[in-house]
Amino acid sequence: MRVNLTVNGRPQEADDVWEGESLLYVLRERMGLPGSKNACEQGECGSCTVRLDCVPVCSCLVAAGQAEGREVVTVEGLAEYARQRAEGGATGARGATGVRGGESASLDAARRWQARGTDSQTGENIELAPVQQAFIEAGAVQCGFCTPGLLVAADELLEHHPDPTDEDIREALSGNLCRCTGYEKIMDAVRLAAARRSEGAGA
Amino acid sequence: MTANGAPTGLTQGSTTRGGIGESTLRPDGVLKVTGEFAYASDMWHEDMLWGQILRSTVAHAEIVSIDTSEALATAGVYAVMTYDDLPTDVRHYGLEIRDTPVLAHGKVRHHGEPVAIVAADHPETARRAAAKIRVEYRELPLVTDEASATAPDAVLVHEHRTDHHSGHVPHPNIVHRQPIVRGDADAAAGRADVIVEGDYCFGMQDQAFLGPESGLAVPGEDGGVDLYIATQWLHSDLRQIAPVLGLPEDKVRMTLSGVGGAFGGREDLSMQIHACLLALRTGKPVKIVYNRFESFFGHVHRHPARLHYEHGATRDGRLTHVKCRIVLDGGAYASASPAVVGNAASLSVGPYVCEDVDIEALALYSNNPPCGAMRGFGAVQACFAYEAQMDKVAAELGLDPVEFRRINAMEQGTLMPTGQRVDSPAPVAELLRRVKAMPMPPERQWESSEGADVRQLPGGLSNTTHGEGVVRGVGYAVGIKNVGFSEGFDDYSTARVRLEVAGGRPVVTVHTAMAEVGQGGVTVHAQIARTELGVAEVTIRPADTQVGSAGSTSASRQTYVTGGAVRNACELVREKVLEIGRRRLGPYHPAWATAELLLEGGKVVTDGGEVLADLVDVLEDEVVEVEEEWRHRPTEPFDPRTGQGNGHVQYSFAAHRAVVEVDTELGLVKVIELACAQDVGKALNPLSVVGQIQGGTVQGLGIAVMEEIVVDPVTAKVRNPSFTDYLLPTILDTPALPVDVLELADDHAPYGLRGVGEAPTLSSTPAVLAAIRDATGLALDRTPVRPEHLTGTAADQDPPGGARNVTPSAPPGALTKSHTARGT
Repeated sequence: MRVNLTVNGRPQEADDVWEGESLLYVLRERMGLPGSKNACEQGECGSCTVRLDCVPVCSCLVAAGQAEGREVVTVEGLAEYARQRAEGGATGARGATGVRGGESASLDAARRWQARGTDSQTGENIELAPVQQAFIEAGAVQCGFCTPGLLVAADELLEHHPDPTDEDIREALSGNLCRCTGYEKIMDAVRLAAARRSEGAGA
Repeated sequence: MTANGAPTGLTQGSTTRGGIGESTLRPDGVLKVTGEFAYASDMWHEDMLWGQILRSTVAHAEIVSIDTSEALATAGVYAVMTYDDLPTDVRHYGLEIRDTPVLAHGKVRHHGEPVAIVAADHPETARRAAAKIRVEYRELPLVTDEASATAPDAVLVHEHRTDHHSGHVPHPNIVHRQPIVRGDADAAAGRADVIVEGDYCFGMQDQAFLGPESGLAVPGEDGGVDLYIATQWLHSDLRQIAPVLGLPEDKVRMTLSGVGGAFGGREDLSMQIHACLLALRTGKPVKIVYNRFESFFGHVHRHPARLHYEHGATRDGRLTHVKCRIVLDGGAYASASPAVVGNAASLSVGPYVCEDVDIEALALYSNNPPCGAMRGFGAVQACFAYEAQMDKVAAELGLDPVEFRRINAMEQGTLMPTGQRVDSPAPVAELLRRVKAMPMPPERQWESSEGADVRQLPGGLSNTTHGEGVVRGVGYAVGIKNVGFSEGFDDYSTARVRLEVAGGRPVVTVHTAMAEVGQGGVTVHAQIARTELGVAEVTIRPADTQVGSAGSTSASRQTYVTGGAVRNACELVREKVLEIGRRRLGPYHPAWATAELLLEGGKVVTDGGEVLADLVDVLEDEVVEVEEEWRHRPTEPFDPRTGQGNGHVQYSFAAHRAVVEVDTELGLVKVIELACAQDVGKALNPLSVVGQIQGGTVQGLGIAVMEEIVVDPVTAKVRNPSFTDYLLPTILDTPALPVDVLELADDHAPYGLRGVGEAPTLSSTPAVLAAIRDATGLALDRTPVRPEHLTGTAADQDPPGGARNVTPSAPPGALTKSHTARGT
């Protein structure tokens, strides 16, 4: 079958999709977007988390056909999604609910995350979402396999809940397994992203 | 057409500074947070096929027949291969003992053993074709524990052993046995005021790295193959792969692809040979990616163990003697079992002074899943038991458990049970003091202005208590781990370092075969190069077999050994640069001949700080490159009868304090805080060091209260090969992890550093167990602890014959009885 969907703001189509294929498989193997990871393929680890019409889902548990006509944001599109949200245009954030205060005020904050370097091969000149920058700086990335899913989940948390308590962070990220870090630096990263955001919002 | 996702170099420096001792950020960090970093499972090649492995459905059986005809006839299938299709007479592999068949031959020895492989144009086609292969098994009696392994009529797991351990083991179903005898434990027991015995049981842990086994094999025009792979040691893989393929090693070109964690589970081969075989057979690139279910069968696990200990002490709190017997279940193939035995034996007393010991450690062959390397490697099982014993002895003596440990703590100069003198700092008492001095989390920490926050209570959002029946407990533990490969192993690494001028500035390229598995070796290598060569811009080339071996990313050794090799190569490069400088510029300034010269900030400077020249002017268009092997101090084998010998390179130490809250009615445990103090010698990258300590700590927490591969004792089949049934700590199960890093230099090691990765996995588990014992007053002699062990319902829930492969919590002594009664 053919599947049409919007991924990271771009219309995409995939042909010859077998009915049993997951959204994760189509993203990874048919659309050249392997950022979403395949760690358990049964919805236990969260490594494949993407936004499907703004809702975080395990893309391994979504049949590709279910994504027909819908909007998907993956880790590859997270920086652009965050940028648009910060600018308030937020086509990518269509339908988002929850606390939205301070969105436009965080534009300055978003600008501050911009590239502070030109190290091309490590991508240091790439504009990152605040939560991506925070994960690097806080040491929340080791092997990095869980990172894409965690970033999508953490970004969604902060979108709705700009000033989460530790318990809120733990609850929001409880569907994402990490085997390397012991989670403490992931906590640090989300706290850092939240603190910068509120700092930016208050500025 | 090259493989999509092949790694490129990682360059940092135009904006990133940071020599050793700084928390420089990962050079692959941006790639990893943007999804651009290519893991082995992300590799892609035009015209690529997918490989699938058919695995045994039974644990021990003769293979009567294999019929592949239906699978071969499936549309989209390009190849089906069994043992009979292997291209050469080399059909087994193994880390130390080559006992593992590439594909099963006549027999399978464990559940999930590879029997046949398939290549097809879609992964689902490959899976379905594999399912159409008909294998007829005739089941054989099982070896599942020590009793069935060593009974007079025991079935032999390997009938015709010729390996170098086969001559000295007491039974062919024992892979390796290592006694350690020092002093006279029996005589010393006579001086003891108290003697405490205990039997302990340690469950089988899975590494559960998140990136499943995967790789891409691309056939070459020269008849060779390019393999992009997630592994811990490229050259060890190469030595095992090439002979099976019948290729010289230079025709098996291996490149490290992105590795999604390892923890020991990638020391052994998994799909490497299978992918190469299918690629060479079909002439097409073949990718294999395990799913999580298969991953549980695709790598070795941490050895489950039964441990018997006897400790004696005098009334004033000094250990008189330790006797112990550690039985590790190695499963069907040897993997790293011999080395795990050596570790378990030599580290079995822990970081304590004890002159009189009688130790025996051994690993069984059985039909259980093969076990091998996992973070902590033999020392973890021992630490769980000896620390439980230390608490018991302290209780018998009426001493505070930390004080009792302090009295017996080893220090620099202490002799190990092996007779080896610990010749670098061993701050055991200091680590305990520090971890005890950390502030305690507040009592009733779950209370908020709006009542109890159930998320901070045992049971969490299940809302099972608002504090009723919740009891707090505190426990301490400390451990000792060796760093590096031991027992006389030639443990070296190789680094190639190049310095040149590019784009008008000096740049360094570091090339090693070190497997970056997430630990941050690539970060540290760039830091070392900056420190030694005074150049900001450093490129880390992809790890591959075009450079000499780096040894394994194991045994907490890479920063020590490959870090040492990088430093050594940098020093040699520096000497060459200075030689060039003296030749070209020496006549213009006397300091070239007289002063100690350094490279700093892209310049040659004297030790007095005078700038002599820019590196750019020294080098001009000259390229300085050095490739050199580097070794740490040699070690010795342990004597096969007495266990004496300078077997280890370095020791590392960590201590934990666990604070738990237990809902005693439901048996639910919440770890409130798990604090660690560790000596790291020198923190080359403090951020990464703390990350290692916290990660290792939580893997120890997992063993304590959650993680266990359950093997059916009747069928030897794995019962929980999924993340639904094998419980990993989530962020909700994980507490605050305060870390206190001590830096006491080891003068034998580069920069004084001490391997970091494993020590925190040792003491974490016994600290949590001690805290649960403190909260509940229960003996708890097995791990992981489950609710039924805390509510007194475990025995009732275990039907005769056993619902699981381990005996639940029971009074000391009962373990052996129930073990015998089971008689499997």
